[in-house]
Amino acid sequence: MRLVGSTPEPVAHGGRDVEVTPCPDGPLLVRGADAVRDEDGQLHPTTRPVVAVCTCDKSQRMPWCDGTHKVLRRRR
Amino acid sequence: MQLPEARGPLSSGVIDALSGRAPLDVDALTHLVGDLPDSTDLLTDDDLHLCLWVMYELHYRGFDGVDPDLEWDPDLLRLRRELEARFEAALRREAEPHVRNVMAAEGDLAERLFDLTARFEGPSVARFVHREATLEQFLELMVHRSIYHLKESDPHSWVIPRISGGPKTALVELQYDEYGGGRPERLHATMFGDSLEGCELDREYGAYVDVVPGYTLAVNNAMSLLGLHRRLRGAGMGHLGAFEATSSIPCRKYAGGVRRLGLPEVVAAYFDEHVEADAVHEQLAFRDICAGLVSSGQAAEEDVVLGATVCLLMDAVAGERMLAAWKEGHSTLRGDAPLRPAPVEAVAS
Repeated sequence: MRLVGSTPEPVAHGGRDVEVTPCPDGPLLVRGADAVRDEDGQLHPTTRPVVAVCTCDKSQRMPWCDGTHKVLRRRR
Repeated sequence: MQLPEARGPLSSGVIDALSGRAPLDVDALTHLVGDLPDSTDLLTDDDLHLCLWVMYELHYRGFDGVDPDLEWDPDLLRLRRELEARFEAALRREAEPHVRNVMAAEGDLAERLFDLTARFEGPSVARFVHREATLEQFLELMVHRSIYHLKESDPHSWVIPRISGGPKTALVELQYDEYGGGRPERLHATMFGDSLEGCELDREYGAYVDVVPGYTLAVNNAMSLLGLHRRLRGAGMGHLGAFEATSSIPCRKYAGGVRRLGLPEVVAAYFDEHVEADAVHEQLAFRDICAGLVSSGQAAEEDVVLGATVCLLMDAVAGERMLAAWKEGHSTLRGDAPLRPAPVEAVAS
């Protein structure tokens, strides 16, 4: 599956359904993905049942959310 | 785990009874709880919180040589109820203005809970550790944390059988990650044990109970109080949400502090894991669990907000005490035994 715009692409191999849930002002929650491919095509594997993918672009652990969006929100 | 040393009449009454040294005088002890002097700080008192912690521990791992059947001893439970009633009343009193504010605010419950955690006034132990803590101070922090993190997530698991539907699925999904996602070496409590070992500290469950102050035991008691009462299930989940929502960014700072102090990578790895995991968990906890419980009528909004506030309050109380002691150049721990074994060269001849 391909997500809109520049958002990273989740990849599943086990025939599982990948489910993506956007959190308002926060990350995308991705269930059932084995890896997430970033804009540069690099594959980031994961074994978590759910991952939070950064959408604010400010995470220091891209492509994963590290909570930085909350700091940005407070400054707004 | 060995029974700890008593810190006053309440804890000695219970510890003596558990060890079989003396019968439990439940009337005298419940009287004592009712007549605690006004000066008693119900959120931090050493004797009260050790006594309560010991009774709660009967529901977790128990103590060496203590009859496991005492977990359901009616006299111990009666005393526990008295202590819990005083503690819960004090928590509700302190939490009340915050709960009122969140209840009066407009908007989505999850957003209001995120706002509460972002705006809550409290000292930042994480910032201190990141920039200036000494090695000794960081080791103290690990000792405080060992009381909870060696049973990380267990107090929130009590709520699983008490809820249903989507919020239950979300809680189990979150806990599955906390419990290692099927890989024992990724169990967060085990990873914390590895990081204690990386600090040359004791990873044995309960090894440091005797040296931590009442406020650290109280942080743990608050979680057990909310977890062990079905009546407080909403508060237990609010607590979980606030705990997760105040974890990612602080853990990044802790990891930075660990690297600044030159500790082994295994210590930083524990905190790195929490930066990533808790950024997921805070969303699950506030949106799918807390808001889900309220919208499905399984918990009252006020209870959820109370639990979140209790987490932030207890964390702030403990953080203030720790930073105040460090600022004055004192240890935050009881007694003055060294935390680590003496280096080998100091022992030789």
